[in-house]
Amino acid sequence: MSGIAGKPAEHTQEGLKGIRDTGLEEVRLRAFLAHAWRTPKGFYGWLVTVDHKLIGRRYIVTAFLFLILAGLSALAMRFQLAQPEAGYIGPDLYNQLFTMHGTTMMFLFAVPVMEAFAIYLVPLMIGTRNVAFPRLNAFSYWVYLSGGMMIWIAFAFETGADAGWFSYVPLAGPEYGIGKRPDFWAQMVTYTEVSALAVAVEIIATVFKQRAPGMSLDRIPIYVWSVLVTAFVILFAMPAVMVSSTMLILDRLVGTKFFDPAAGGDALLWQHLFWFFGHPEVYIIFIPATGFVSAILPTFVRRPVFGYLGIVLSLIAIGFLSFGLWVHHMFATGLPQLGESFFTASSMMIAIPSGIQIFCWIATIWGGRPIFATPMLFVLGFIFTFVIGGLTGVMVASVPLDLQVHDTYFVVAHFHYVLVGGAVFPLLGAVYYWFPKVTGRMLSERLGRWNFWLVFLGFNLTFFPMHILGLQGMPRRVYTYPPASGWGEMNLFISLSSLVVFAGFALFFLNLLLSIRNGRIAGDNPWGASTLEWATTSPPPSYDFSRLPVVTHREPLWAEPDMLPVVEGLRVDAREVLAGTVADAVPQIRVPSADNSIWPLLSAIAVGGAFLGSIYTPWAVVWGAIPVSIGFICWFWPKGEPEDEE
Amino acid sequence: MRHRPVADISHLPTYDFGSASPMWWGTLAFIALEATGFALAIGTYFYLAVLARHWPIGAPAPDLLPGTAVLVILVASVVPNHMIEFWARRQDLAKVRLGMVVMSIVGILPLIVRIWEFPALRISWDQNAYGSIVWFLLGLHTTHLLTDVGDTIVLAVLMFTQKGKAGRRFSDVSDNAFYWDFVVVSWVVLYLVIYWAPRM
Repeated sequence: MSGIAGKPAEHTQEGLKGIRDTGLEEVRLRAFLAHAWRTPKGFYGWLVTVDHKLIGRRYIVTAFLFLILAGLSALAMRFQLAQPEAGYIGPDLYNQLFTMHGTTMMFLFAVPVMEAFAIYLVPLMIGTRNVAFPRLNAFSYWVYLSGGMMIWIAFAFETGADAGWFSYVPLAGPEYGIGKRPDFWAQMVTYTEVSALAVAVEIIATVFKQRAPGMSLDRIPIYVWSVLVTAFVILFAMPAVMVSSTMLILDRLVGTKFFDPAAGGDALLWQHLFWFFGHPEVYIIFIPATGFVSAILPTFVRRPVFGYLGIVLSLIAIGFLSFGLWVHHMFATGLPQLGESFFTASSMMIAIPSGIQIFCWIATIWGGRPIFATPMLFVLGFIFTFVIGGLTGVMVASVPLDLQVHDTYFVVAHFHYVLVGGAVFPLLGAVYYWFPKVTGRMLSERLGRWNFWLVFLGFNLTFFPMHILGLQGMPRRVYTYPPASGWGEMNLFISLSSLVVFAGFALFFLNLLLSIRNGRIAGDNPWGASTLEWATTSPPPSYDFSRLPVVTHREPLWAEPDMLPVVEGLRVDAREVLAGTVADAVPQIRVPSADNSIWPLLSAIAVGGAFLGSIYTPWAVVWGAIPVSIGFICWFWPKGEPEDEE
Repeated sequence: MRHRPVADISHLPTYDFGSASPMWWGTLAFIALEATGFALAIGTYFYLAVLARHWPIGAPAPDLLPGTAVLVILVASVVPNHMIEFWARRQDLAKVRLGMVVMSIVGILPLIVRIWEFPALRISWDQNAYGSIVWFLLGLHTTHLLTDVGDTIVLAVLMFTQKGKAGRRFSDVSDNAFYWDFVVVSWVVLYLVIYWAPRM
């Protein structure tokens, strides 16, 4: 750190405050930046950091831990269903298991892991040093973590949610919902949605304002477009589930009558509100996954993606259309026929922008020279599996077919094809693709291929037969079935196949653990990719880039492989980023970026305490407001850091 | 990778107002998501109203007086709110300080009136679904009022300290005024729903 002692007079320009990077040699520049953007060492540093990479990493690890929990609960269910009338798991525990599986996969794994990647990657891909509101980012993680821990600790004490991941009333209402089980579910939703909304807000502000100079709207990497669209979908979808879960907890706690038909309420109101969120939720998971595909594919076929504009417009169209489909989850509830026809049409319409994307990817592969590395294998596996899931999606969008297979294993097969094929495969591909950037080391390709084939084949062997079981009439959410049904053999086959998926995931985690220490050193840009995150070191320094890049091309690193155009004039003794115009990214201001702080954590504890308390008494909200206010005031109050100077 | 400096941004300011500032976009995004919450709650109101044989269910329409008083105060507050926005952009510290004190008081007034507004709904939240949704709507808006008044008071105090003498604080004042407009507009809509929809 000797390089930063004292103020080098030669670099202090007339009339400019702070030390600037102009003309500063690289070694001293990096020393200054490392000091300004440092995270303190040790446990305290872990608690106070606002570095988007550390928070993103921690989000990813946490989300994968929840994936393991949800995966193990699936395995337990398959154990029970492997033979007819098996007695390993009773109906009560089974209800909790499938509820925890769905709830965890959707709220605690899929959405957070997609946001986690965005938190890590977006600042690097758009050429800035942190997200727009770094402390909000830290806060969002702590809130997410506490919500996830809360519902799993409740499960450990036999208070696991048991009314399905959608928690339908009246089953979850005051009359039938046992003890506090649905309340823990409802408050877990509040935690995770607060966290997701916070991330959505910061992603929107970051992408709109903090892009590298020159990165006009038509030069934004498609992955960044995908997370931007997702952030907007979150913004307009998540409030629906917050409103409805608040109404549910009010019905249960203080006797409101939102869902009570005897007092003018309506049970279907819950379904409308839930699915107004629930359907876009699927796209909140799926849209960033298509972004992964559009990021990975060009690198491994060695050409820019075909139809940039078409893909971006498709992403935006999917974002809009995702709000017009929710009623197709409710075809079996006896809605007016005209309404059902409208939602059939709109459900089928979303196949159009999805199809455009798929054809663009095929054209990209067609026009390139494919290299079949593991990330690419997962992308190809995605295209194959997602097309099947998409086709059954068009099938269940039709009312008569939906009524036939509603609540059967056909639907279970369909949505696993869409969610695992459509989102988890690209996600695994993304882990293989960006692991070198995050850790500086490559994952093993050999283990990666085994990982891919086991997961891909195991997945198809597990879920394809479920279509047939569904058509044969096997209902969902049953803890057992009679031998006379004739479903025993296929269920045994499915359960055995699920072990193959399990083995595939075990290899995945093994690969991560082995490679993080012993993997081949990656270098800055091991895949020869074109986007800005590969212009910095692997792993990137705390300040991401020693000088902020300027973008002159949609594929900046392919246009100029050895030379990065950069701006000069930013402060290096305080955290500073650039903000520019929304459309053309013309620099407007040098914005200070928030320093480390303990207050996001303390505020999250206060907020979490109020949420938890409100499961038991409405007064928790009133009294909880006091520590929450103290937390927020201390968070925002300026503390005389260098970033406060102007 | 080697670097090639192509632009000098050293003379750019460190704060600006409105859409130039990332914080303005953050505020707008929060307004968008909260407005979605309001819209869905209002949607719920009309959904329940369409289902009910008589609306309001088992209660007279709410008493107009307290809600209208809140409306008058909030609509009138737009004037000092926009004056403070103007002063903030001109970075006139003395006037901004005065304006923040005025806006803190103007913010507390409707909260006081609201003490009478809940009983003026003339139904309890647990009586039926109509009672539940009007309490929900009013509660939702009260939460917004409380948080923004809290924010205004903290910012007012900050403006009187040494730390208030910074350009960035004027930008904060401007964003706070922007959010207050949302609190006012949302009440105009909610007022029409809560007080006039039952009279249609």
